[in-house]
Amino acid sequence: MSGKSRKRLWYWLLLVPCLAVVCVPSFNRVEPAWFGIPFFYWYQLLWIPLSAVVIGAVYGMTRERGDRPGKS
Amino acid sequence: MSVVAVSVFIFFFALVTVLGFVAAHWRKADLDSLHEWGLAGRRFGTVVTWFLIGGDLYTAYTFIAVPALVFGAGAMGFFAVPYTILVYPFAFMVMPRLWTVAHRRGYVTAADFVRGRHGSPWLALAVAITGILATMPYIALQLIGIQVVVAALGFPTAGLWGELPLIISFAILAAYTYTSGLRAPAMIAIVKDLLIYLTIIAAIIVIPEKLGGYGAIFSHVAPEKLLLKAPDGGSMNQYSAYITLAVGSALALLLYPHSLTAILSSSGANTLRRNMALLPAYSFVLGLIALLGFMALAAGVAQLPQFAGYFGEYKQNFAVPALFLSMFPEWFVGIAFAAIAIGALVPAAIMSIAAANLFTRNIYREFVKPGCTPSEETQMAKWVSLVVKVGAVVFVIALPQQYAINLQLLGGVLIIQTLPAVIIGLYTTWFDHRGLLVGWLTGIISGTAMMAAQQFKSPTYLLHLGGLAVPGYAALYALLLNLAVAVAVTLLCRAAGLRRADDETTADDYADARAGG
Repeated sequence: MSGKSRKRLWYWLLLVPCLAVVCVPSFNRVEPAWFGIPFFYWYQLLWIPLSAVVIGAVYGMTRERGDRPGKS
Repeated sequence: MSVVAVSVFIFFFALVTVLGFVAAHWRKADLDSLHEWGLAGRRFGTVVTWFLIGGDLYTAYTFIAVPALVFGAGAMGFFAVPYTILVYPFAFMVMPRLWTVAHRRGYVTAADFVRGRHGSPWLALAVAITGILATMPYIALQLIGIQVVVAALGFPTAGLWGELPLIISFAILAAYTYTSGLRAPAMIAIVKDLLIYLTIIAAIIVIPEKLGGYGAIFSHVAPEKLLLKAPDGGSMNQYSAYITLAVGSALALLLYPHSLTAILSSSGANTLRRNMALLPAYSFVLGLIALLGFMALAAGVAQLPQFAGYFGEYKQNFAVPALFLSMFPEWFVGIAFAAIAIGALVPAAIMSIAAANLFTRNIYREFVKPGCTPSEETQMAKWVSLVVKVGAVVFVIALPQQYAINLQLLGGVLIIQTLPAVIIGLYTTWFDHRGLLVGWLTGIISGTAMMAAQQFKSPTYLLHLGGLAVPGYAALYALLLNLAVAVAVTLLCRAAGLRRADDETTADDYADARAGG
């Protein structure tokens, strides 16, 4: 497998946050609550920063050498 | 009326007015070119792009309407959270590609791209008209955001005096958008976003403490609204509605002209990629704002006598202003309401610029005056941006508020019908332009019919599949019909041996420096 197509595999990681929030039956419940917030709510809120981490990781892993932040 | 709150409010409003005019001198360039006026020269780096896209997508109306929906409907209203989670991975894949081809070919609008890629001015016209139609009620809704907070500050709401704050704020907005173009909302967005973050951080610390913690807040929510209604034998109930609303809204968001204007104004494909990892910060704020709906419920604001008149007029949209009024000291109410009102100005400015770009590029220059000079083109766009705003003000003053809300729901159903031509078009020219046009028309008609069946009040349509009822977002159902028709007509055109239109873009136009482009 060439370096380029191996890098492209990282893009599949972007599906993880998407699947996590469309599988509604898996999180449509109250328990375990966290600080009184039902699971349904804090689970979905938690996936916001997690999705940012995933996108940031995919950006970092697919970045070409030489394109650093600040120049584009 | 509180003098302190009004003074703080007016101070911030005056501040952003000055900024709006000063913005014309920011990174000074020739504002007589549409590329400079309407896209600020495509030079915004990571930080400004972050403020601009965030200020643009998370509108004042979002801050009013999302908690209002949670306040009224409970868990169902929380679909805004998965919606904003789905947007950025999708945008990460698609938007750098669109930016790259638009940069290479000098495209200013989505319709410009469609014109070049599919070779059909008529398909481009369809995309342009859809964009303008979807944007108009959206601008009107920003006005409603201003109206609600101005009323909450204690100004009269009826008659000429009631409309005056609205007319003044839009006149100021129109003036600095005219002179400074996209630079104005970009600069104002920075103030707006800082105020929003400040307000929300204060709200999630102060309010739960006053209400006895999150456990106490959620104990006020009716059990049937705390979670989604699960499927039973005959219906998917809220599961399918929740998922389709999230997915459909995510697909539609980036097709709105104002989203694309903000995206195309960034300085590069990598600036956009970095932003897709940073923009979820706004989504997190939006999620917290959604929870304000439950806080308003727990605080019992709808039962307080001093708010009864406002709830009568603005319905659930008054939930958040009422919550702030009853929880915050006066000076902070001024800051919070300024955040919402300024939050209306940023997207309203970008929306009017985006609609003006579409009209000028894809209707005026294409069909009315093909030989116009760049400076004539820009002058036309400036005038159109004024007309669009006057139209929105007249719309809000002359018609019941509910019309703007209903039309904005319809706007989402319409704009998603441009997805095959714009987004799928980025990857393939398999579709015949006639197929895309007939598919678009099918989507527009069927989507509007589904909305009409609900009197335009609800975006969900009850689809019957055999014995199973599947409530879902009309936009997504209409998009599926659109795609099916586009495929069928494309195959028919092939079979009939009709000549294909030329694609002026080349594979090279889409390739930026990255693996997988």
